[in-house]
Amino acid sequence: MDTINILLMGFISIVIINNLVFTKFLGICPYLGVSGRIDMAFGMGLAVTFVVTLSGTLTWLIDHLILLGTPLEVTRYVCFILVIAGAVQLVEMYLRKFFPALYESFGIFLPLITTNCAILGLCLFINLWGIDNLLEAVVLSFGAGIGFTMAICIMAGIRENLNLADVPQCLKGAPITLITAGLLALAFMGFAGMIR
Amino acid sequence: MASNSQATSRLYKETLLTGLWRENPVFRLLLGMCPTLAVTAAVKPALTMGLSVIFVLLCSNIVVSLMRKLLKPHLRILMFTLTISTFVTIADLFLKAFVPRMSETLGPYVPLIIVNCIIICRAEACASKNTLAVSVIDALGMGAGFTLALCVLAGIREILSTGAIWEVKVLPIGFVPWAAMSMPVGAFITLGLLLGLVNLASKKKT
Repeated sequence: MDTINILLMGFISIVIINNLVFTKFLGICPYLGVSGRIDMAFGMGLAVTFVVTLSGTLTWLIDHLILLGTPLEVTRYVCFILVIAGAVQLVEMYLRKFFPALYESFGIFLPLITTNCAILGLCLFINLWGIDNLLEAVVLSFGAGIGFTMAICIMAGIRENLNLADVPQCLKGAPITLITAGLLALAFMGFAGMIR
Repeated sequence: MASNSQATSRLYKETLLTGLWRENPVFRLLLGMCPTLAVTAAVKPALTMGLSVIFVLLCSNIVVSLMRKLLKPHLRILMFTLTISTFVTIADLFLKAFVPRMSETLGPYVPLIIVNCIIICRAEACASKNTLAVSVIDALGMGAGFTLALCVLAGIREILSTGAIWEVKVLPIGFVPWAAMSMPVGAFITLGLLLGLVNLASKKKT
């Protein structure tokens, strides 16, 4: 019961309270880039969720089974980025072979994910927070993906309506998106301190 | 011969200016947004971040430019990331050893330089196609442009959130600090407004 409680709290906290986009500024590039339409945003969110769960788990395993306590710790970043690039490549090959329709809909997003800071960032944060339980690492990685999906979908919904609004010429595009994101971050600050 | 060297020097100057203003990575290309937003609560961490990025950008541009003839197309992104992550590890260990407190403030944003799009973008767009000298100048220009943008943003946020700059008080005592400026909200909104200003300024010129 206790473990379930901890896992649930961890999940909620990473989705809402410590949302990677609004509090840690991770994954801002795709957040600005592909939040124009809600279906594309959802596709990107799903792809990120998938890769981040996979790579979060894999990097935790590598960190704890191989690197920790050995001089190899120096190579941590190199290992992490290799794992992420490998995971993205694997996912891409797997999807192309077995789910061609899904692969088509992800399109260019899949390779782009390699340089999505949300993924490497989450792996580093798991390492930084000293998570020493595989299950917790899996739940946190999955939650981070869900949080990203939620953030990018909210943003896409707002931007679809923003197209109809009268925005000053010089603020069109990225600036107004950033300001909207700021207001969203302000709203999400209301959740701070809800857990612990 | 003389005109030739003049042309080269003009090319270098052009490359440098392109990075500094015309294609400023933050204001124009919208690259490297994560560190831009995350470490600009004050000027000191922003400057440290900028210098680390210049170091990594310079080293990776040099290496990529030197091995550009050996690169295989389908492996090049992997080679770029490996090169970059090696230099980021060096920078991270250096910061940990010499400025431990700053390294703690920056936290995971130093290793996150690996996935900073500016560096991969320059490796791909410039260093893998140009000679060593052009790549070096390009790295310096782009790095300086990035640092400049970071410092401007950090300066505005630090003044408004604490009334100080570089931890030296500049505003009168009656000033009430805007706490929100040091939080994520301040980062997003300041950058949004700055981008708007830059758009406005560049439109007037043309």
